Amino acid sequence: MMFAIPPALAQGSTYAMQWGLILILFLIALGFAIGNVVVSQLLGPSRKGRTKDTSYESGVEPLGSTRDRFNVRFYLVAMIFLVFDVEVLFLLPWITIFNKSKNAALHLTHSPLFGSVLLFSAILLIAYVYAWGKGVFKWD
Amino acid sequence: MVGIFIAHLVFAVVVFHVILGLIAYLILLERKTASWIQDRIGPNRVGPQGLLQPIADGVKFILKEEFIPANADRWLFMLAPIVIITPALCGFAVIPWGGFLAAGTKLPEWIPFIGGWAFPHNIAVMVANPNIGVLFVLAAASLGVYGVVLGGWASGSKYSFLGGMRATAQMVSYEIPLALSLMSVAVVAGTLKLSSITGDQASYFSSLSFVPAWNVFMQPVAFFLFITCIFAEANRLPFDLAECESELVGGYHTEYSSMKFALFFLAEYASMITGSAVAVALFLGGWHLPWLDKLIYHGSQPAVAGWGGVLLKFVVFWAKVVGFLFFYMWIRWTLPRFRFDQLMNLAWRGMIPLSLGTFLMAALFVELKQRGIIEHRGWLLLGNVLLFAGVLLVGKLRKQAPGDVNRRMAVIGSRYNPQPKPVDAAAAGA
Repeated sequence: MMFAIPPALAQGSTYAMQWGLILILFLIALGFAIGNVVVSQLLGPSRKGRTKDTSYESGVEPLGSTRDRFNVRFYLVAMIFLVFDVEVLFLLPWITIFNKSKNAALHLTHSPLFGSVLLFSAILLIAYVYAWGKGVFKWD
Repeated sequence: MVGIFIAHLVFAVVVFHVILGLIAYLILLERKTASWIQDRIGPNRVGPQGLLQPIADGVKFILKEEFIPANADRWLFMLAPIVIITPALCGFAVIPWGGFLAAGTKLPEWIPFIGGWAFPHNIAVMVANPNIGVLFVLAAASLGVYGVVLGGWASGSKYSFLGGMRATAQMVSYEIPLALSLMSVAVVAGTLKLSSITGDQASYFSSLSFVPAWNVFMQPVAFFLFITCIFAEANRLPFDLAECESELVGGYHTEYSSMKFALFFLAEYASMITGSAVAVALFLGGWHLPWLDKLIYHGSQPAVAGWGGVLLKFVVFWAKVVGFLFFYMWIRWTLPRFRFDQLMNLAWRGMIPLSLGTFLMAALFVELKQRGIIEHRGWLLLGNVLLFAGVLLVGKLRKQAPGDVNRRMAVIGSRYNPQPKPVDAAAAGA
């Protein structure tokens, strides 16, 4: 019975209904966005021209290609971000079982939950300190 | 079940329209605030006191020319505003803005067909109340990155591209302290349900009974981290490096015009509203009316109430949100913009370790409380204060270490280069 639906959830609205409502809101927002783009495309004037169609570069003729190499630091930040983001993902379910004030139904009272999160953070900190030492966070 | 579904559907439609209307008037409020701070008049031509300005703006945006540069990726260019506005408007779905409607509350008689119908059980006054509300808020906030990077990439302009790259790095970096500061609140509440976290705050401290038990009074450091992060996530000053006019013209929306540009703007304001609503719901007591609730209810405000109670909560909640939005604008016209390396340093070397610290501090508090060692919530506040003092101390110690590049412009004669000006020297020589 560890994964029985808590009574607070069964009362009121169900999963399907909640996510259905979020989906409806999503569809309303999507319709609003698409509608606006289409309407202004139809109503606004449209005049083309060779000079007008060039990209804006402060009034100068565009130089070289835009889709060029960019600084590797952006890539490194994205990599380190993945480490921390996955950490956050692991901590979210941990929260729901750690504090027993609202989750007495989950019989996990004897696991060393606090110790495990300390160990987890310590391992994460090793990666963090390593990245710091390697100069990933240096932006000058 | 169908009745409850319709009730929530009504909440969804209400939320959608309140947000859109609020966005329109926020732009007016922003301009009025700016003019007030800069000692000028601001928009006052359209309607009384400029109150019809948002409508005029909307009509103008729709009727302007939709421009797509030849160098742009046509379809991605059209897709980017849609991708940014849709999650920005959806994030509000899980915000609890009215507590619960009590079981047995009847619909007013004047409504045709369903008037007089009573709700069979308590209804959360929000679009949906999933048990992963905090995760949903985070997901909606981080989806905004896609619209920005897509817009920057598809425009085919160098300014847009640089703006898009900057925005991605910035939003991605500030997402981590954002998540960790939210979680240091969630771990004390023991749930990710926003309605439950808000409901816990509608009381007072046991010993200091005039202080409401809002999370901001228990975890001020987490609150400070959180508001800094939502400024960065919404690309607002002082963190609007992605669209800073002095370097990148308009950043990722340089090439956008007409309604597509307006959608980027709307998305920024929508994420401001969602951010403030989350700040209010998680840190500032949500719908809790402080002090006055003792007069009205002779005790703490109950989470479950009838129509009158829900209306009161609605008013209190939106008053707090608008107050917080004013704070956004106040900051915008007060602080100067950061430099990009300062921005990334603040996130990676300052806020991420600090937010991990607040999270572990909150977890330690819960652990000690569960073992029965400490009881009072003031210990958490003490822990936060100690953490902040520790950070200040570390910052002081680190400053003394040499090695930081001096980037100050050594203009001759300035206070960073106190040499006599060459003119003076020439004058002395002559």
